[in-house]
Amino acid sequence: MIVAGCDVGSLSGEAVILKDNSILTYEIMRVRPRPEQTAQDVMIKALSKADLTLADLDYCVSTGYGREKIPFAHSSISEISCHGRGAHWANTEVRTVIDIGGQDCKVIRVDKRGYMVDFAMNDKCAAGTGRFLEGMAKALGVSLSEMGPLSFESSSPIGITKTCSVLAQYDVVCMINDGMEVADIAAGINKAMAERISKMTKKVGVRKEVAMTGGVAKNSGVVHGLKKVLDVDIVDLNGVDPQIVGALGAALFAQERAERELRK
Amino acid sequence: MSETYEQMWSELGLDLEAHDALLQVLGKGYQDIYMSQSGRAAGMEYFNFVMSEVHGLRVKELLDGKKEGRKVIGSFCVFVPEEIVRAADAVLVGLCTGADFAMEEVEKLLPRNTCSLIKSAFGFKLGKVCPYMESADLIVGENTCDGKKKAYETLDKLVPNLYVMDLPQTKSPEGRALLKAEYERFKKAVEKLTGVEIDGARLKRGIEIVNNKRKAVHRLAQLRKADPVPISGLDALLVNQVYFYDDPIRFTDSVNKICDELEERAATVNGAFPENTPRILLSGCPMAVPNWKLPWIVETSGAAIVGEESCVGERGTRNLTDASAATVDGLMDAIVDRHFLVDCAIFTPNPDRLNHVKEMKDAYGADGVIHYGLQFCQPYQMESIPVEADLENHGIPTLRIDTDYGMEDVEQLKTRVEAFIETLR
Repeated sequence: MIVAGCDVGSLSGEAVILKDNSILTYEIMRVRPRPEQTAQDVMIKALSKADLTLADLDYCVSTGYGREKIPFAHSSISEISCHGRGAHWANTEVRTVIDIGGQDCKVIRVDKRGYMVDFAMNDKCAAGTGRFLEGMAKALGVSLSEMGPLSFESSSPIGITKTCSVLAQYDVVCMINDGMEVADIAAGINKAMAERISKMTKKVGVRKEVAMTGGVAKNSGVVHGLKKVLDVDIVDLNGVDPQIVGALGAALFAQERAERELRK
Repeated sequence: MSETYEQMWSELGLDLEAHDALLQVLGKGYQDIYMSQSGRAAGMEYFNFVMSEVHGLRVKELLDGKKEGRKVIGSFCVFVPEEIVRAADAVLVGLCTGADFAMEEVEKLLPRNTCSLIKSAFGFKLGKVCPYMESADLIVGENTCDGKKKAYETLDKLVPNLYVMDLPQTKSPEGRALLKAEYERFKKAVEKLTGVEIDGARLKRGIEIVNNKRKAVHRLAQLRKADPVPISGLDALLVNQVYFYDDPIRFTDSVNKICDELEERAATVNGAFPENTPRILLSGCPMAVPNWKLPWIVETSGAAIVGEESCVGERGTRNLTDASAATVDGLMDAIVDRHFLVDCAIFTPNPDRLNHVKEMKDAYGADGVIHYGLQFCQPYQMESIPVEADLENHGIPTLRIDTDYGMEDVEQLKTRVEAFIETLR
């Protein structure tokens, strides 16, 4: 059985193709202006890697902010459920998932089967999200992928007091003008992110094991910071790219739904 | 309907262009949210009609009544006792507070961090788009929260006929005495306005009219206990909203007709949603027309709303007024007692409300509670935290939503609400 999950978020779109409960291929891309375009492009790309077309899919579940606008999806599920499910599939010991996406962050508690039982979500502003990091990296003149490694070069991270992305970006520009070390500023930014996310995590409660998903999980500085503030290990997803976990969860739901339809 | 009523609106001093724009938005919203529902009761046709004529025929009725000496009293709150108004053959109408309008004008008079409901009342006045406010012979402002209390000081400069009613903040004997004194003062004000002396027989009639209206919505509420639920939360909310506008006797008949129809439906297991649809209890701030945002999100995300613990809902309508007393004073006491039970968050402490949420959760078989707090509504937002904690401690899944009348957060809310519903399955 071949099923797919498609996650169209605010900054990136992901598609995961599952064949008999294992990942066949996947694809990540920057969003296009319209969610249906992103979905179409990312899915076709992922499928073509395995010489497949849309017609080969038994079932497709969409998720993310664009989930209702994806024409080839059979149904949609919130990305909160999907991140929980996907992370748990990658590592079945996971009970708490911290997902930091492009425009929001969520903390998700899952049960031993990977089904979500509780969650908290920050959706009020960009603070503590991928968008925040992106803005900061731009202000520092480094690429997003450098933000993590850079912060390990710092011995004295600078305190970032503003939570507002716009104001913090202004602060960063001032710091650079004052001649502060880029590594120290980057470390400060990652630390501020980690502290903000840890507050929300504590609200839901830290239950082991803890995993991180979403694009920001690729920033080793933030991951390291969170480990320190939460005083907990952040477990490995066994090689699954943290950015595709939402789409992976959607594909797992697609598999479940396809099986249910077969039984009917 | 524009042309038919243009002269009437113009005479009321409405800004026709702005008003047309408002009606268009309202009409479109109603089409998108209400008319797209399937499996609605045939009796809802009446409410479709009421909504299509909400600024038209109903206002004309009020104005025709005024020509015959029937005074119109506008109100913002369920603490304004309708029994007393009806006893004097006057009409009580809820004033428009459910949509953002003329915000740039409003924010010249009120701080930005004022709740949407208060801002909306001002927006409708400043934008000259509320025919009810312009038809009212008396506008009653009631001292509930600090926001309203202080805003009335400003509203008083905008309208010539504001009457401010004080309200207690504690459920103490002193608090009750204050409510009694204020209702007596209100009765005198209504008598003065209408030239009618309210005697026992009139008061009994007033109580009967309003009780019948309450009984009809109680009957509707009872029917929502069934699974599958026979009416959508959106439709039930609309009924509760129209409660504040419509002629009470016609409203009562129309609600009873829907109940007759739904009783038949329940017998044939023909619901507004499929069986086993997750059931949600809404609790929190009132939702005035056309504030349908959250119920619409909930009911398009795979759940059904089975009850509203709200002033536009069960908190506002749940108790009847005892009409058995023989004297005017005895009947006034009964009206005071009935309203003193309303467990609004302006009271401190307010344990009855939490108990009522739990009672409703059980009675309507809700799987979870969504607490709706209007941003900057201090009393309900403050209460929402202990309410959520207590419900969660009792194993009742609860989602706390703080929002306003804007549509900017719809997608985020949808994600949250969908995820919450997914945990209930």
